[in-house]
Amino acid sequence: MDSGFGSDFGGTGGGKLDPGAIMEQVKVQIAVANAQELLQRMTDKCFRKCIGKPGGSLDNSEQKCIAMCMDRYMDAWNTVSRAYNSRLQRERANM
Amino acid sequence: MESSWSSLGGSLGSADPQLQRFMEAEVQKQRVQLLIHHMTELCWEKCMDKPGPKLDSRAELCLVNCVERFIDTSQFILNRLEHTHKAKPFFSQNLSD
Repeated sequence: MDSGFGSDFGGTGGGKLDPGAIMEQVKVQIAVANAQELLQRMTDKCFRKCIGKPGGSLDNSEQKCIAMCMDRYMDAWNTVSRAYNSRLQRERANM
Repeated sequence: MESSWSSLGGSLGSADPQLQRFMEAEVQKQRVQLLIHHMTELCWEKCMDKPGPKLDSRAELCLVNCVERFIDTSQFILNRLEHTHKAKPFFSQNLSD
């Protein structure tokens, strides 16, 4: 979200805001932001897990490790997300 | 992220109440997403030793327990602060000075 909203936010140049267009753009921006968050964190985690002393290039074992790490991080994100939502539902049911 | 989102919602909301409600809902969703990202990072460190070809059941159980205990910890901390605050009027009085 560093760049914020572009100058074309809201669609038409007439100055009148179109709520529908704004809502759609906001949803897209948020989805992109979330994907970037995930990618940034996954890159950091997998670099720490898989790269020891950095060499001249990524060797085969490092690449294999990174590939597995990426898949497992996605699994972890999905598991955490499900567990959190499940907890929220239980908390609401007990209110 | 947080403050810019809130101010954005406020400024746009003045134009359209439907838009205001939409922005408030999206901001709340974003808070949840960030919390999930945060918990994933924490629980990854606690539960994932060496990433293998599959998410094994031990690691998966650890991740679920990790989320549950994180929420329990948050609730415990808030609850304890609340009770400590009530039980020590002097502390409370000092705080308000």
